[in-house]
Amino acid sequence: MFIRFIMTLVLVTACSSASARLEILITEGINSARPIAVVPFKWLGQGKKPQNFSEIIAADLQRSGKFNPLSINNMPKTPSNSAEVDYAAWTKLGIEAIVMGEVKPDTKPGHYIVTFELLDVLTGNVNMADYNPIMDKRRNTVATNQLRQYAHRISDIVYEKLTGERGAFLTRIAYIAVDRKSSHPYQLRISDYDGEGEKLVLRSKQPIMSPSWSPDGRKLAYVSFENRRSQIYIQDLYTQKRELMTSFPKINGSPTWSPDGTQLALVLSKDGQPEIYTFNILTKSLQRLTKNRVIDTEPSWAPDGNSIIFSSERGGRAQIYQVSLTTGKTKRITWEGEINLGGTITPDGDNLVLVSRHNGNYMIAVQDLDSGELRTLTKTQLDESPSIAPNGSMIIYSTVYQGKQGLALVSMDGRFKANIPSNNGDVKSPAWSPFLQ
Amino acid sequence: MNRSIISKSLLIALPMLALGACSSNSDVDAESAEKNATQAVEQVVDDVQTNTIEAIELTAEEQLAQLYTDAILKTTIRFEFDKSLIMPDYAMILDAHAKYLVNNTDKTITIEGHADELGTPEYNIALGERRALAVSTYLENMGVAASQITVVSYGEEKPVNLGHTKMARIENRRAELVY
Repeated sequence: MFIRFIMTLVLVTACSSASARLEILITEGINSARPIAVVPFKWLGQGKKPQNFSEIIAADLQRSGKFNPLSINNMPKTPSNSAEVDYAAWTKLGIEAIVMGEVKPDTKPGHYIVTFELLDVLTGNVNMADYNPIMDKRRNTVATNQLRQYAHRISDIVYEKLTGERGAFLTRIAYIAVDRKSSHPYQLRISDYDGEGEKLVLRSKQPIMSPSWSPDGRKLAYVSFENRRSQIYIQDLYTQKRELMTSFPKINGSPTWSPDGTQLALVLSKDGQPEIYTFNILTKSLQRLTKNRVIDTEPSWAPDGNSIIFSSERGGRAQIYQVSLTTGKTKRITWEGEINLGGTITPDGDNLVLVSRHNGNYMIAVQDLDSGELRTLTKTQLDESPSIAPNGSMIIYSTVYQGKQGLALVSMDGRFKANIPSNNGDVKSPAWSPFLQ
Repeated sequence: MNRSIISKSLLIALPMLALGACSSNSDVDAESAEKNATQAVEQVVDDVQTNTIEAIELTAEEQLAQLYTDAILKTTIRFEFDKSLIMPDYAMILDAHAKYLVNNTDKTITIEGHADELGTPEYNIALGERRALAVSTYLENMGVAASQITVVSYGEEKPVNLGHTKMARIENRRAELVY
């Protein structure tokens, strides 16, 4: 079983490297990922097929850590609709579910008709009239430039049908790129969650830091040094309109949007040390949350909006604390590890994702908030800036590989990692968007 | 302002500089002068005789001025890992800048704080500021007016060495004095 698991991964790596340049790494852990098959979608048109749906869907599902897609080479057949399926052959391979589909040109130029089906293999193999193996079946007309997004949409549907949780594959990430060959080396870019479809939204001669999405996915808050000092801006991604939020003396840093979209939590050092504040976007009023003689930084809202998580050196070395916005009381929440930084609570409120230093290495870790148990998810030395998918299934973070700063994904259970290659320059500080549709 | 301008302004301010720093450095100069004297002993070896001549030396004031000219051209103050303490090696450099700023109250300086890549970008912004403030405090203690100093932290965003080695990190945790 384990050897087959390894083989599958190697093959997936080999076939996806051809176009997606995806690099999947396996770490420790018991393989609990569910075996499924994503059959190559049948192209019913002339010439080259417009998009490799099955490759995108299989990679999406695998990166979640919850699925183990069967390599195409090991498939008994490659059917494209439910009528052609020999369920017994798939049952023998232990496959739980099959995703398949067809793509054909629409009569409208530049458009395609995409059909797909999600089949439950066990039900199909029982072959009883009352049980329908078709879990989902859809037919859509999709424009050429929307094909890749539609593949992610299929992944979302499959993921939700099979796990009961909403998929987060049709989401985006914002991040900072530094292209030292450019006249404006510091760049704020947005891409699909898997690094494809990259777009530039701001470039500057001076550093840009800490992008944070508004809960509606329409705006980004970030820090810009364009005036040779740190200032916090909000930029509308659709209209390009930029608005200066804070420009106090010294640090204006680490803005993060409140879940209700009305406030930013941020860091100001205007009164001495870096302290955590909340800032009302409309009224511009400030409320100070911390007050001491050491560094307090990296505020992050709890999903219910009632408390803020932050890093502080008040206990000596940096650890993570939580301040209640209703009572004002602060408590320390991390105890393991030399240093803990950059904490965020998962969308379900159960876990804390953070950067934890052990033996001098900075790794992404997750702490169960009830038990306090801390598990490191990554094994590299310089992992930081973790940002959680809106459904809590994956974490995107920045790391150093092949001598460059780049982004990587890790499933919440830590077993699957995928490096996202950058085309030009160093890439860092990723921020995962909220659900966008 | 570029380095040559700083250097020229400094030369104008030389007499004052030397005067200000005399007391703290005179011991060192005296010691080395003594050493020279003991070495200047006539050596006689059989058929050949050698003798010494007096070296052409700068005056104590000139030597000191030379030292400060060299020091003020240095604009990088390095720090230990996760620390913002000014190490003794950098006292001379900061003293030179302080004297220049005290003597030229119309001049202003920006102190940029930087950190290495270890730790999160947000934490490093705070650390970079702590380093820049340590330099600012040092200069203020030497008599520089707070109004002449601007502090900005770039954290780990502007490394001078783009590598990911230990040496790169040593070079990157620093404060830069920018006129």
